[in-house]
Amino acid sequence: MSAIPAAMAANEAPWKLPSRGRVGMLSLIIAESAIFTIFVAAYILYIGKSISGPTPRQILSVPIFITVCLLSSSLTMHWAVAALRKGKTGSFALFWFATLALGAIFLIGTGREWHHLISQEDFTIQTNLFGTTYYSLVGLHASHVLVGLIALAIVMILALLGKVKCEHWERCEVLSLYWHFVDAVWVVVFTVVYGLGR
Amino acid sequence: MAIPKSSRGVVSEWLFTADHKKIGLMYIVYSLLFLVIMGIEAILMRIQLAHPHASFMSPQAFNRLFTLHGTTGVFFVAMPILFGFGNYLVPLMIGARDMAFPRLNAFSFWMTAFGGFVLYASFFAGGSFLQGGSAPDVGWFAYAPLTSTTYSPGHSTDYWTLSILLAGVGSVGGAVNFIATILCMRCPGMTLGRMPLLAWMNLVMGGLVLVTISPLTAAQIMLMVDRYMSGHFFDTAAGGSVVMWMHFFWIFGHPEVYVLIIPCFAFVSEIVPVFSRKAMFGYPAMVAASVGIGFVSLGVWAHHMYTVGMPSYGNAFFVLTTMIVGVPTGIKIFNWLATMWGGKIRFATPMLFCTGFLFQFLIAGLTGIMLATAPFDWQLSNSYFVVAHFHYVIVGGILFTIFAAFYYWFPKMTGRMLNETLGKWHFWIMVIGFHLTFDFMHIPGLLGMPRRVYTYEPGRGWETWNLLSSIGVVFQAAAVLIFVYNMIQSYFKGAPAGNDPWDAWTLEWATTSPPPDYNFAAIPEVRSRRPLWDIKHPEDPDWKYE
Amino acid sequence: MQIVGLKLWQKCGLWLFILLFCTVTITLAAPLRHAISPTNIFAPDSTPAHSIYRLSIFLLEVTGAIFVIVFSLLAYAVIKFRKRKHDDDSEPPQVYGSNQMELAWTVLPVLIVVVLFVSTAQVIHRVQDAKAPDRAVSVTAVAHQFWWEYRYSQFGLVTANELHVPVSDSKNPTPTYLALLSADVDHTFWVPRLAGKTDLIPNHPNTMWIDPQETGLFLGQCGQYCGTQHAKMLLRVYVQSREDFDRWVREQQQPANSDPSVAAGQALFVTKACFACHTIRGTIAAGKVGPDLTHLMSRDTIASGALPNTPENLRQWVHNPNAIKPGSLMPVPDLSDQELGQVTAYLLTLH
Ligand code: HEA
Ligand code: HEA
Ligand code: HEC
Ligand code: CUA
Ligand SMILES: [Cu+2]
Repeated sequence: MSAIPAAMAANEAPWKLPSRGRVGMLSLIIAESAIFTIFVAAYILYIGKSISGPTPRQILSVPIFITVCLLSSSLTMHWAVAALRKGKTGSFALFWFATLALGAIFLIGTGREWHHLISQEDFTIQTNLFGTTYYSLVGLHASHVLVGLIALAIVMILALLGKVKCEHWERCEVLSLYWHFVDAVWVVVFTVVYGLGR
Repeated sequence: MAIPKSSRGVVSEWLFTADHKKIGLMYIVYSLLFLVIMGIEAILMRIQLAHPHASFMSPQAFNRLFTLHGTTGVFFVAMPILFGFGNYLVPLMIGARDMAFPRLNAFSFWMTAFGGFVLYASFFAGGSFLQGGSAPDVGWFAYAPLTSTTYSPGHSTDYWTLSILLAGVGSVGGAVNFIATILCMRCPGMTLGRMPLLAWMNLVMGGLVLVTISPLTAAQIMLMVDRYMSGHFFDTAAGGSVVMWMHFFWIFGHPEVYVLIIPCFAFVSEIVPVFSRKAMFGYPAMVAASVGIGFVSLGVWAHHMYTVGMPSYGNAFFVLTTMIVGVPTGIKIFNWLATMWGGKIRFATPMLFCTGFLFQFLIAGLTGIMLATAPFDWQLSNSYFVVAHFHYVIVGGILFTIFAAFYYWFPKMTGRMLNETLGKWHFWIMVIGFHLTFDFMHIPGLLGMPRRVYTYEPGRGWETWNLLSSIGVVFQAAAVLIFVYNMIQSYFKGAPAGNDPWDAWTLEWATTSPPPDYNFAAIPEVRSRRPLWDIKHPEDPDWKYE
Repeated sequence: MQIVGLKLWQKCGLWLFILLFCTVTITLAAPLRHAISPTNIFAPDSTPAHSIYRLSIFLLEVTGAIFVIVFSLLAYAVIKFRKRKHDDDSEPPQVYGSNQMELAWTVLPVLIVVVLFVSTAQVIHRVQDAKAPDRAVSVTAVAHQFWWEYRYSQFGLVTANELHVPVSDSKNPTPTYLALLSADVDHTFWVPRLAGKTDLIPNHPNTMWIDPQETGLFLGQCGQYCGTQHAKMLLRVYVQSREDFDRWVREQQQPANSDPSVAAGQALFVTKACFACHTIRGTIAAGKVGPDLTHLMSRDTIASGALPNTPENLRQWVHNPNAIKPGSLMPVPDLSDQELGQVTAYLLTLH
């Protein structure tokens, strides 16, 4: 009794299952969202609770430029995947590189903001409650951008070596899901840190 | 070290395996090891608590013991053993050749394993071994600010945080894998509505892990920021709130207990029908109840916090949501009863353990309802009544069903039956020990005995009950020893099992015992929830009714 | 499959049943007996505890009924439907479900939940949202690792470990309102016969109230794990008649005795740094880390109820607090035998 007879009824639709890459990535995104939810909740609950200064208003300036960069990288990412799907490896590499560059600009921007805060304003994770929540939340997001950039860079190298083909478009799409997620989280972080919190 | 060639092959075969069955077995063996360790910790605690004002151990040692006992129990016994069974069974039951991401699977196991080693490394990290080394002593929910560097100097708490963080990463990896496997790897014909209930419940468990372990991970990161970088998340002097830790912990902690019990419900849902010789009663309702429990359980966490001074409407809200969980749970109990009703029940050991579960879980659930009643909980919270409640669920519910699962699937895993006579001894001694220990624990709770005390005052009416509880552990230890002996003995000498010793109906029984690496020679196709029933009863197959 | 050892099953089943029967009777009967334990939650003596008690009895009835019903169904199924020796191997009729029955066992529990919720919500409201009458006594309780500080700002006095409150008679209630604070970690105030527990959390003030209806001593202990000596953070509440209470307040308001015969001990109290942690009103000792010792000898116990307050125990305590309460935050003082005698003699005059 090692094989179960193929007893499929004739009227059943052909057997089709969701792609495990996509399901896996979506699951991961759900888990990550839960982590961010907790950090965002902590940030919101601690707004205005610091006993000593400085306050967000005194030292934070709104990082419009890098935000625009990051958000537009979602667009280039989308185009890159679309291009690959159509087999246009050349424009894929171009858009992929644009995404990588925009993400890197964002990360550098965050780094510069932190550098400014730490060296000019003397504001660190230890300064007060605001410092703790600010660096943790923004840092958590930045670390996700970093992970994304590393993944993007690996694909970029493979693409330059000519190893990325049309049939890989689904894998790239799975990766793009992560990247879109990181962007979406930034929208929340941005609203909370530079909007609500200020 | 010179390891002989042949055994090097075996070692690396296991160390680097990505096969779901091997990983599953490693999870299981690993958890059994920790079960014995945490059981020994429990024995030591019960010796200390047998009499008032006992001086068997120092308060520091006792506090370390219950912290390790609880942490080990939840993260390194219950979670991994259930993940182990899930790993072994899910692909077999849905007719797949492996999990969706075999290498992620191996990674998850090793993260979890590593977490356990980190926790116990603390024993050897300075300080007297007999005093618990520098093991953590903050309790398994580690309330702030006791965990801050002010009140927990040294590194004991760091071991705790780090080990939980690692285990958490492992669990999330495992959950991603479960979900992807169940959704994307089913064999042809196995629609969601035809999946074995075990697959369904592991799916729900996976989903719960995603949304509950992650908050714990977040909270651990915050605690680490506080401890390593002098952050202020839980620093009241800087305006921080320690109640926030409680919320974050229980947002994890409550759904976690359902993460643990739902796979156990799954075992019961597979075993009870087979031994009653009837189809599961109300399959759709069982699925709906599992999903329902999953969702509702996300909104009940603050029933662990009735005493922290929430406003009255807050308390009332959590009373309501918590009690609502009783409804889907009740549906399950009644469906199992209905499955037994009118059957021809064979009381082989797996079924005995399931019956014990039904009885004990009923009581445990009802004491849960008492605790859910906020005012009653103002008295009972953090008392031995709570300890009794949760051991009733965890030991009387989870451990009993895990034993049932062992007796049921051991033949599949090893090709040999466990000895039934020893199984009966195991069951009855365990029942006696369990009830001696945990029935009598309710009473000191009602008489005002708080938990986590290394000793207690005489003259409060607690002595007898504590002594009885302590005596019960002897029986439990004997039962576990019988069980371990039975496994070893049967592994080598047990009666051959054959493919399908229980005359069961799900796909894992359609392949050899133990299954080959690729599980199935040909990927099966199914038309109903009980594919093997269809084969055995071609005159009256299930699919006619579904 | 044959059932191995049916005899064993029957024997043990009987055993189990006897065990259970005893358990249930003991669980129900023993706690109900009044004052079987000084900390019995089923022997309430104050309105909040009473409200909880009534609710809990109702709850025990409801859950008890559910238990009896479901247990009977289970027992019936186990006995009636088990496979007999002479049964053939045919399968029993397959039943896949029944909408009516499943609906029934969904709706009934929902109704039970509604009833339980409504009765619970009422009690929550009654206990938690009660308004303090003007005559209420208010006390601030501050929890420390591992002892209790009580501030009666109304009367300008501070004491430790033993809480004194006036009895409250139902016609003329004088409840006591406790403001609950913590100086370090989380603790819980739990005197089972007077009220349910409430946490003392740093930076998160809480309140609770009691209105004991009988005089006497009520015991309890810290209910939240708070560190090494959580076990010996005991609670003692002395409920006194109004006159006794007023007398106690007047005595406590006095500054400390100063008896010239123990001047040596008093001096040591300063030179040995005791004053850095302890307050003795009327002297320069104004420490806040340890219990107020102004009227130490008016207390029955020391070290938060861990020991009776006898001269010998006091001496032992000052000699080495860690031997009595390992992990307590009072350091081992550096005192010679003679000095120890002098300090103890001084402490013994603090009536
Ligand atoms: C697997 C583990 C598990 C499970 C399944 C449960 C199930 C439940 N638990 Fe338990 N619980 C724990 C593990 C578990 N618990 C642990 C570990 C702790 C302590 C943590 C710590 O502090 O260390 C704890 C603590 C705990 C508390 C906090 C006590 C305190 O610290 O103050 C509360 C309070 O509400 C509670 C309630 C419940 C309820 C209502 C259920 C319900 O799910 C039960 C539902 C089941 C039934 C109700 C029975 C069957 C139903 C019927 C027959 C239908 C008819 C019934 C009704 C309509 C009522 N639990
Ligand atoms: C999976 C979870 C799990 C399991 C299985 C158990 C099992 C047991 N637990 Fe545990 N327990 C918890 C989870 C669990 N517990 C948690 C989460 C806490 C809260 C911790 C906290 O407060 O932070 C707790 C707390 C806790 C306390 C309260 C401590 C306190 O508050 O002060 C006690 C006290 O008696 C106790 C006892 C027991 C006993 C007797 C068993 C028995 O069932 C154990 C039976 C098993 C064995 C006995 C092992 C067999 C041993 C051998 C085969 C070796 C034989 C060797 C020799 C005899 C030398 N547990
Ligand atoms: C570093 C602080 C510190 C110093 C110094 C200190 N104590 Fe204490 N003392 C405490 C604390 C804290 C407690 C409460 C201990 C407990 O119950 O856990 C205490 C308790 C006591 C008690 C019991 C009080 C009661 O009501 O239970 C006495 C008596 C006492 N101390 C006397 C002394 C004497 C005498 C000295 C000096 C020789 C001294 N203490 C020095 C901190 C201190
Ligand atoms: Cu204070 Cu426990
Ligand atoms: Cu809970």
